[in-house]
Amino acid sequence: MSSILRHLRINLFFPLTKNVIGRIVRAEIPAEARPDSILIAQFLDDDIDYSGYSGVLLESGIGPINHSMMVPSAFGIIESSHALTDGDVIAIQPSGMVRVLYRRESSHNDLFVTGRCNSRCIMCSQPPTESDDLDLLPDNLRTIELADKSTSTLGITGGEPTLLKEDLLNLIAHCNRHLPHTQLHLLTNGRLMQNEAYVKKLAAIALPNVTAAIPLYSDIDYEHDYIVQARNGFEQTVHGILNLARYKIPIELRIVIHKLNYLRLPQLVEFIYRNLTFTCHVALMALEPIGLAAGNMSILWVDPFDYRAQLREATRFLAARGLNVSIYNHQLCTVTEDVRSFCRQSISDWKVAYLPYCERCFYRSSCGGFFESAISRYHSTHIMPI
Amino acid sequence: MRGLLPVDAFRNAFPYRFLPFQFMRWSDKEYLLTNIVGESCFLQASDFTSFVQKTLSDSSCAYKELKSKHFLLDSDSKLPIELLATKYRTKKAFMEGFTRLHLFILTLRCDHSCHYCAASSVPANQSGYDMDRETAKRAVDLMLCCPSNSLKVEFQGGEPFLNFDTMSFICEYSEDRAAREKQLEYVVCTNLASLDKEKLDYLKQHSIFVSTSFDGPRFIHDENRRYCGGSSYDITVDKIKTVMTELGRDRISALMTASTLSIQHPQEIVDEYVKIGFESIFLRSIRPYGRSQVRESQYSVPEYLEFYHTALAYIIELNRHGIHIVEGFAQVLLGKILTPFATGFVDLQSPTGSGISFVAYNYDGNVYASDEARMLAKIGDETFRMGNVYSDSYSYIFGGSAIRALVDNSCVEVLPGCSECAFQVYCGADPIHNYTTHDDIVGHRPTSDFCQQNKGIIRLLLEYLHSGDEFTRHLFLSWVSPYNTGVGS
Repeated sequence: MSSILRHLRINLFFPLTKNVIGRIVRAEIPAEARPDSILIAQFLDDDIDYSGYSGVLLESGIGPINHSMMVPSAFGIIESSHALTDGDVIAIQPSGMVRVLYRRESSHNDLFVTGRCNSRCIMCSQPPTESDDLDLLPDNLRTIELADKSTSTLGITGGEPTLLKEDLLNLIAHCNRHLPHTQLHLLTNGRLMQNEAYVKKLAAIALPNVTAAIPLYSDIDYEHDYIVQARNGFEQTVHGILNLARYKIPIELRIVIHKLNYLRLPQLVEFIYRNLTFTCHVALMALEPIGLAAGNMSILWVDPFDYRAQLREATRFLAARGLNVSIYNHQLCTVTEDVRSFCRQSISDWKVAYLPYCERCFYRSSCGGFFESAISRYHSTHIMPI
Repeated sequence: MRGLLPVDAFRNAFPYRFLPFQFMRWSDKEYLLTNIVGESCFLQASDFTSFVQKTLSDSSCAYKELKSKHFLLDSDSKLPIELLATKYRTKKAFMEGFTRLHLFILTLRCDHSCHYCAASSVPANQSGYDMDRETAKRAVDLMLCCPSNSLKVEFQGGEPFLNFDTMSFICEYSEDRAAREKQLEYVVCTNLASLDKEKLDYLKQHSIFVSTSFDGPRFIHDENRRYCGGSSYDITVDKIKTVMTELGRDRISALMTASTLSIQHPQEIVDEYVKIGFESIFLRSIRPYGRSQVRESQYSVPEYLEFYHTALAYIIELNRHGIHIVEGFAQVLLGKILTPFATGFVDLQSPTGSGISFVAYNYDGNVYASDEARMLAKIGDETFRMGNVYSDSYSYIFGGSAIRALVDNSCVEVLPGCSECAFQVYCGADPIHNYTTHDDIVGHRPTSDFCQQNKGIIRLLLEYLHSGDEFTRHLFLSWVSPYNTGVGS
């Protein structure tokens, strides 16, 4: 997800009417590449030609301005630019806020394509909005054009991306054109994938770059529907999954574990093995206690230590059947030793945190850690150095 | 922001209906239920009674298990039926591509004379019992008419190495003709006695898999398998080791056939397999064909089951102590019980594998639905002769009356005694066996040794899965993992 960096404010010299998007550079570049770039310089230098950049940001103060100098309209002072790396893509907003759309060094880049959603999951970490998000599309298309060609993976997330209908297909086609070697991870609830004609169109442009990552929370239809707060959600999602499989689009299933579904976790993975055998990867995930989840913690929270038996059984079952399985968002000390090798460092680099006594843990460097949002209130009472 | 809708807002208001299932009383306290796609479920007797009376509470664990595994339907959604249909197609996928396994009886001559021999072999020095090149060529031509893109050629006898000329001709001719259109796999079923350097090089060159017979310790193997050139045990063990070294451990497997002597020594037999370096053993009882039919009931089914039970328990213990060895028949059945997939095991299918999954070309050009059908013909009964490579077309042989009668009478879903059996989906039909033992292609389950034996072994495996320890359950899972190869044909 793109993030707004609060401490990254720009004092703009001239008012902007719309977002200015560009790729960060710190050294002068040839004229033809300048329209894509935002130059960060230490100070204004009379001998340098600033024309043609989409933006110029100065790190230290500014001396007297020579009015004959050609500068772009996005021109200002940036207070602390160390958070930005060459190759990052940012949007400078008219308010002076900076939104980081893409980080070259990160493996967790996402295109946030809409805030709207047709479900209302009890444990949603990104509460849906009602806005029509019309401004997101051009920014995302521009990000795709400016992202590094060697980007290995890129997420497409929301909200529910399929609500964009044809625009989502255009966006994926745009990725194919500009980032032909990038694997796209489409996070969707799959409900609209029950429309076979849509999946057919998707498949025509999606292969081989797109994996659909779809949440499934129970093998019992009404329990899943309750969790996603959508009637017929289970039926639509499973139909969607079958359609995607029919058109050979790789599928990852994501199971967020909480009090409402942990008891049937072994039965859920057996259901997946028997009915959705073609699944490429199953991710067993701990809850992120922000967004809607934060307000529903009284019905959601269960100490991961208390479901370690179900997590172990489900993980070993899938592994023995040759299905790829990963455990996300769990700390190594909360899972049984024989499934620790399935734990991944899945929490994005900018929202991971550790507890003080984690520093004494031998496995601190290979542990996925905590959500920053969880660390103060919701974490297992069985955290201990191992 | 709206509040949460309660869980009841999402429940189905429909009373439940049954989806197809079989059941049996498992014990005083429990019932076993199975369905057409191989999923199973143990229910407490009281839950079972409520379930069939349609009074089972939809919030009970039993209800959720039955719903999740598609034993009941409680909405107007088409999804459960669609999922069941997909699973059913997957289970029956062994029929895709039609006949895949082709047995070539290269000769009836053999240098062994095993007392349980089912292949009606003749002494090695006799003439007139070899398949010639012209017959082989016609058989290969027929085989290549089969629609499947991957075919398996199995050389049998007698001892196929005694007609090595035709064997190599078939390899080269079929490789040449199939080039690029079909994938061919080759297996030779041999006692290995006449394997020499030249043949070994040939096996290596043409990637031919070796399937051999090995009955265990010397005192059993040499008693069961008489060899004209000395101790069969010595030469077999020596050649098995040669094949393992030269072709690789994964290029040879062995079958043991249990004689009256064998069934008294299950552990010694397993130990012998481990000692030689096998990671798999296939336990097999004597079948009432060929010479083995002559001796009246060698041992009863309960005696064989006791042998099997002891051997399997011992194999599990060995694994517990870190010795990796798989029992092949259990592996086949576990694949049916624990996975949604079809198995490639042609002897336990519905409809029967005879004819539609495999076919046997006799040395003289006659085509039979199975090896057993060939044995029947030998004593004058040609009921299951599908045709002849010289006089009949592909469509006559593979679409004629012999194969139609077999398919018509071998679907366990409708056979008396099978149609209501809770083990139906894990089992299969053997109409030719019925015909041989009961003079009736449909057969009679209450007196069928085939039925009694399979039920005994299936029950044993389900027992382990249901009440066994965690180690055994995981061991069984590992036997059907896609990483564990070696399911025999």
